[in-house]
Amino acid sequence: MRWLGHPAAKPLAFGVYLLPLAYLFWAVWFDRLGANPAEALIRSLGDWALRALVLVLAITPLRVAAGWPQLARFRRMAGLFVFFYASLHWLAYAWFDMGLVWADIVADVPRRPFILVGTLAWLLLLALALTSFQHAIRRLGAARWRALHRAVYAVAVLAVLHFFWMRAGKNDQTEVLVYAAVLGALLLWRLRRFAASARTAAGGGR
Amino acid sequence: MIIRSADSGFQHPLPSEITPQGAYLGRREWLQRLALGAGGAALAGWASRDALAQAASARPNRLAALPGGRSGVAGAQTMEKLTSYLDASTYNNFYEFGTDKSDPAAHAQAMKTRPWTVAVEGLVNKPRTLGIEDLLKLAPMEERIYRLRCVEGWSMVIPWVGFSLAELIRQVEPQGSAKYVEFVTQADTAAMRDLRSRVLLWPYVEGLRMDEAMHPLTLLAFGMYGEVLPNQNGAPVRLVVPWKYGFKSGKSLVKIRFVDKEPRTAWNIAAPQEYGFYSNVNPDVPHPRWSQATERRIGEEGGLLAKRRKTERFNGYEAQVGQLYAGMDLKKFY
Repeated sequence: MRWLGHPAAKPLAFGVYLLPLAYLFWAVWFDRLGANPAEALIRSLGDWALRALVLVLAITPLRVAAGWPQLARFRRMAGLFVFFYASLHWLAYAWFDMGLVWADIVADVPRRPFILVGTLAWLLLLALALTSFQHAIRRLGAARWRALHRAVYAVAVLAVLHFFWMRAGKNDQTEVLVYAAVLGALLLWRLRRFAASARTAAGGGR
Repeated sequence: MIIRSADSGFQHPLPSEITPQGAYLGRREWLQRLALGAGGAALAGWASRDALAQAASARPNRLAALPGGRSGVAGAQTMEKLTSYLDASTYNNFYEFGTDKSDPAAHAQAMKTRPWTVAVEGLVNKPRTLGIEDLLKLAPMEERIYRLRCVEGWSMVIPWVGFSLAELIRQVEPQGSAKYVEFVTQADTAAMRDLRSRVLLWPYVEGLRMDEAMHPLTLLAFGMYGEVLPNQNGAPVRLVVPWKYGFKSGKSLVKIRFVDKEPRTAWNIAAPQEYGFYSNVNPDVPHPRWSQATERRIGEEGGLLAKRRKTERFNGYEAQVGQLYAGMDLKKFY
């Protein structure tokens, strides 16, 4: 996996991350989003935010399990793309569903628990995005910064809950279960690793 | 002679009587050109423009024709812009074929709609099982342009073809003990791929109170846009109850039962606190998980940036059906 360290790898990944957005622009322009384009756009942006979240949480397990240390340098960009698609998702809701009428949005968010949960997840992502730069790491100190950025696990739980509640009306949770299983597996891997390192620390050996 | 009262509602003209916008604009342009002295050339342009406007409102030519005559029922016409046939036949909820809006159009062709029978049974003096051919001939076909409001917060305007369910009910002579009507829809495991899922209890069952079922607006529909129904819209025969959320209007009916107790309906069984038996369109009674105050009209001018419309009580049919619920607490009986 030497190519992961190639200078062009990161710009290439950046371009790939923008492909879903490019497709959506194309689909809006050429009217390919079906009878309810607003709904299709909002949902598609949510799907991509969730997929980006799966990707960013897969980086560390892949790096360790597959032995690809170069993956670490993609982490910040991958995380910021979660924030990017989540922000577009929220903005699309506020604009195309609520017409950017703030009074309506403020009334709507608490009424719909799934939107409240989604908004909370986005606020956490906002905090992580704002502290994603070297300067913030230095100011917070590495330990505090790492503790803060563990909030991404809470984002994963909130995002799945958001998706689950959204689909509750449909009574169809197949897709939700797929995301929950993948995110669950990624979190479980971390828990096991944490438990293993705790044992190592306590036992001073294997 | 038809006597109009305040309850008849505003009598809209037939859409065919409304001057097409193209003709209206064309005429103005023609007058302007005449004033400029270019009358001869303008006349040809005006004629072709008019022909174009007519073509836009013609039937889609996808399925067999099923024309309907003008309906005399109050509320059966509206001047609102029709939803395009493409949108109305590709954005559907018909969970037997999948829960995505595009699933029914993609998979409903597997359903056989001939031969087809509808059993009319229960507390009636003359129970019968009708073949679809007999059912089609039971009463004259009428075109009814209804608003359709989905509980999910979107709406369409659809020209249905059919006749009042009351025509059928009168023929089977319900007994005095018949208080409700239960509608059982098709559950064909070979054709309907999602019957394996446990999304809802199959077959999909819906119900109406007797007076709701007898109301002239309650339509037994066989067609839309001047043609027989596409499978995904509930071929060969479905119910359309325009003042209730769309899920009350069962598709592909196979059984109509007259009963003495309120039927247990599919969505009510799945989520009783979210979907009541009545499910009348009501902007004042929010769904537990979203507001019902507004709706997105499918195909609205402005596309993505079109504003949502205010939802009307009884979907705008309060003048016709409001009296059915006089004295009822609509927040309790949602």
